[in-house]
This record gives sequence, C-alpha cells and structure tokens, in this order.
Amino acid sequence: MIHHSESLIFDLEEKARKLRVEALEMIHRRGQGHPGGSLSIAEIIAALFFHHLKIDPENPSWEERDRFILSKGHACATLYVALAYRGFFPVEELKTWGHLNSRLQGHPDRLKTPGIEMTSGFLGHGLAIGAGICLAARLKGFKYHTYVLLGDGECQAGILWEGAMTAGKYRLSNLTAILDYNDVQLDGPVHEIMPLEPLREKWRSFNFEVIEINGHNMREILDSLDMVLEIHDRPQVIIAHTTKGKGVSFMENDAFWHGRAPDDEQFVKAKAELLKEES
Amino acid sequence: MEKASFRKAFGEALVEVGAANSNVVVLVADVSSSVMTDYFAEKFPERFFNIGIQEAGMVDVAVGFALSGMIPFINTFAGLFLRTVEQVRTCVSYANTNVKIVGGYAGLSDFKDGPTHHSIMDIAVFRSMPDIVIVGPADATEVKKILPLIAEHEGPCYLRISRADTPLVFDENHKVEIGKGVIIKEGSDVTLIGNGVMVYRCLEASKILEREGIGCRVINIHTIKPIDRELVKDSAEKTGCIVTVEEHSIIGGLGSAVAEVLCDVHPVPLERVGIKDKFAETGPDFETLLDAHGMAVDDIVRAVKLALERKERR
Ligand SMILES: Cc1ncc(C[n+]2csc(CCOP(=O)(O)OP(=O)(O)O)c2C)c(N)n1
Repeated sequence: MIHHSESLIFDLEEKARKLRVEALEMIHRRGQGHPGGSLSIAEIIAALFFHHLKIDPENPSWEERDRFILSKGHACATLYVALAYRGFFPVEELKTWGHLNSRLQGHPDRLKTPGIEMTSGFLGHGLAIGAGICLAARLKGFKYHTYVLLGDGECQAGILWEGAMTAGKYRLSNLTAILDYNDVQLDGPVHEIMPLEPLREKWRSFNFEVIEINGHNMREILDSLDMVLEIHDRPQVIIAHTTKGKGVSFMENDAFWHGRAPDDEQFVKAKAELLKEES
Repeated sequence: MEKASFRKAFGEALVEVGAANSNVVVLVADVSSSVMTDYFAEKFPERFFNIGIQEAGMVDVAVGFALSGMIPFINTFAGLFLRTVEQVRTCVSYANTNVKIVGGYAGLSDFKDGPTHHSIMDIAVFRSMPDIVIVGPADATEVKKILPLIAEHEGPCYLRISRADTPLVFDENHKVEIGKGVIIKEGSDVTLIGNGVMVYRCLEASKILEREGIGCRVINIHTIKPIDRELVKDSAEKTGCIVTVEEHSIIGGLGSAVAEVLCDVHPVPLERVGIKDKFAETGPDFETLLDAHGMAVDDIVRAVKLALERKERR
C-alpha cells in the first residue's frame, strides 16, 4: 500500500476545514440547509474530491471518470463547495444557492449542476443506482470505480438493501459504499429511532467486504480508499465512524442541528471554532 | 391578515383525536419534529411509533394495526408517500384498510429543499385509487375541524398538510363535512374553485376582479375525492365558466377532478391554474415560489379573463 506523505495529509485536512467553513457559511447565508450531516462528511469529501477520484472538471461527462453519488443528498452544501473549488463551476456561484434560477438546488440535481452525477434528496437510492452503473461498466469494459456516500439513518431504507443484494450477487468489486456512521438522524439517535446494529455483520451477510475507520482521520480514509481498489471479488463498504456536526461544539451529536441554519451569533461562534483548530 | 401554521394545527388536533379515541395510533418515518407528531408522542408515548426511514414499511405496519381494529395515522412528507404507492394501492386501497395517510410538507411548501421534496402529483396518484378519501384543507382552522371527521370515517384517507404558515380563511364557526364543498363568496360571472393554500389566493384574485366588475363565486373544495359533484354542476350552470386553482400539477389533481365532472354533466369553459407539467425549483420562500411557478394571484386573474372570453365566444 502507498504511504501517504505528511504534507498530503495536512493539505487534505486543510481542505476539509475549508469545506466545513464554507458549507456552514452557505447554510448560514441562506438560512436553510443541513449542517450536521454536511460537517460529518468533510474529510471524506476532501479525500475523494481533492485526491482520490479520477474526474475532470473540464470534461464532467468524461466516460471513464470515477462516479460519485451523494446518496445522502441533504449534505450537498459540502459537495457544492468541493465541486466549486475543483473548478466545476465558479466559486462565486455558491452564493446563489437557493435563489430562483440557481444551478444549485436545495438537493443535488444532475441536470443543473456540473459534476453532480445523480439527482438525490430522498434517501436510499444511491446503492442500487451505483450497482446499475457498475453493471454497465462491466458490459462496456470500463475500469472506473463507483463510490456511494450513505447516511446511517438512510440504511434503514429497504431499497438500500435491495441495492446491496444486487451488488453482492454480481460481485461488483468496482462499487464502494462509504457509510457516514454518525449515529444521529433527523429525529434523534439512530440507535434509538431504529437500531442498525449489528451492522458490520449485516453488510458481511450481503457479501460486502467491510472496512471500519475513523471517518475524521485523513490517513485512515486514504488508506481505506486504496484498500478497496485491491479487492477484486466483491463490493466493499467503508464504515466511517463520524460525529454529526463535527467541529462545532454546540452542533456535535445533536439532532437539533440536522436541518437548521445557525443564526448570526451562532455562525460567528461556529466559524471561530472551525478556524481555531488551525493554530 | 392573521397567519397560522397548518402543521402545528395538525399536531395539536392529532393529540385531541388521540385523547378522544384510544384506538388511534401514530406512526412516523423519522420526521416527527418536522410534521409535528411530536406533540402526540409526548402525550401518548405508548401509542407512538417512530419506525425510522422506512416509508414503505410504515404503510404495511399501519395496515397491521388497521387489521387489528386500530386507527393508524401514518406520517411523513407527501412526496415520500409516492415511495409507498404500491403498498397503498394493494394493502390500503384494494384491501380497504382503515389507514389514515398524512402527507406533510405538501405542494411547494418545502420550498427550500427543492423538487425532490415538493409534492405536486400526490393527489393525482392517490385519486386514481378506489375508496381513498382525499382531503386538502384550506387553513389551520379547517385542519382542526376536519381531523376528527377523518378519524371517525371508516376507511382509508389521504390528508394533505402544508408546511407553510398561511392566512386564516375561516373562523371557529366554520362548518365542515367530508365531501361537501364550501361556498365562501357568491358571484355570477365565474366560479373560482380552489383548495389548500390556494383558497386564500382565490379570494385575493376575486377582490381584484370585483373591482373590474367581474363577480366571482369562490368555492373551497377541501375534499377532492369524493368531489362535491352537485356543487360543481351548480356552479357551471350558474356562472357558465370555471377556474380551478391548486398547488399541484394540473394533471390529475383538483382541475382534472372538476373537468371530469363537467364532462359528465355540464361542459363549460374551464381554466386550470396550477403547475403545468413540470418540476418547480428551490426557492427563497414559499410565496415567491408559488408566484414564480404559475400560481400567482395574477395568474388566477389572467385565467379568469381567459375563461370569460371563452364563455362569451360560445
Ligand atoms: C426516504 C427519505 N425519508 C425521509 C427523508 C427526510 N430526511 C432527510 S435527512 C433525514 C435523516 C437522515 O439521517 P442520516 O441518513 O443519518 O443522515 P445524516 O445524519 O448523515 O445527516 C431524513 C429523515 C428523506 N430525505 N428521504
């Protein structure tokens, strides 16, 4: 396995910080959005979009690009920031989020936003769609990899397991599910609303290779993304243990911040916390 | 004009319904704080079931309750009930089970989340299923008045609840009966038939039109199915043209329901205000989104003039 340099790790961690600050800024500016689940995926999105994914902002529909589906579409603020900084559209355009005629919709819209692979927002679709993409790649002889980012609450949806079963049956080794396991959904803790455990065993029994990591540890994320490329006989799930609202003390682990924008004072406090880690 | 919240009215009325009848149970798919079933959860925790992000499964669990003589109210966003269409068709409509489906965040009222979360074809889909009563109240008062009737009604119902705070159209003296339209205002040139949040906009349009000497009968059709055929027929006969106004696709909703009645009994010119076979978009607020997508008061006024022109040409 490749050893990732300290400087790469540092650089990606800084990118993750930037994603957090700017995603929260978008949510605050608009007075709408989903801070909790946008903050918990910052490292994962940074690793994918600023290092791992084979994508070309100049040519978003390049046939051999890696595919990424944000199945938990409500966390799109973080993705929009990443796409803008990767050059899929101007950074200035982030300010139009939620305006009439904006290319940035409340949830990802593949017809409007360059770099958005698939429309999402209602949970559960990503894995089955990813399975279809992988089956097509197999028929067409393409080698690209497909990544689907899932929420843990989302794993309650039956359709998700239909996709998993299909991926398992066809041994879709070019399909990786990344599970943002922050243990909080809209109404409260996942383990109270509708428990998922034993979760590792569930995925194994659906014929997935299971890798568990700390989803805020950049090195572990990069290593796991390398690891899945070495698995050639089955789909994989990276169970990333995360904290909902990560980086903002008063948002962490609190369902209250699932779908609510911070007010001015809260935003200032949150931003200071996110930037302070730097020193 | 005083504004009130549909969903708060619903949440409070649900508690009263639960207090009046211990057979009432409430199920929700992880959106309790959004659709305000949390009031019920606090009051009657033993009759409240949050089953997580499992909309399709929630319908079938509710069917199990209904088969056991209980009255399940199942709750999530209206758009999400489209995920459960087959469950509803087979296990609620065809099997005729006493399940009360409550679609929150209806129409464009979840303006901020965009077209995935808008619900502009729910009425079209559920209206095609036999024996489901479909209700879309006009304001918070009507929500409160109608919920006990839905609980008492033997059989499946679909209730549409907006996320918006909207002006109150009715006061406490408002009388509601399932299947009976409400004449809010008399006028002889045209009939405006609205439902849900659009009833208020119908009234606004009628004021503008009256200043121009056009008399509008304004009707609230809270029960889209079974629709009040007598009142539609009577309006066609008396005013000679009709404009329907709905926060829904013009395909399959209130406009279609009225068109079907007119075709059967008394064809007159009909204009339909609503969403014209497209998806809307994310908007900065609810009212702006309605205005931008064909449901402005001006759109109603224009539709009335078109209907009148067509009437005169006949
Ligand atoms: C099928 C579906 N049901 C309900 C919703 C409403 N909703 C949006 S986000 C959310 C909670 C998601 O929880 P989780 O998957 O854990 O995401 P995260 O905690 O990472 O934000 C719910 C219920 C939805 N978007 N789609």
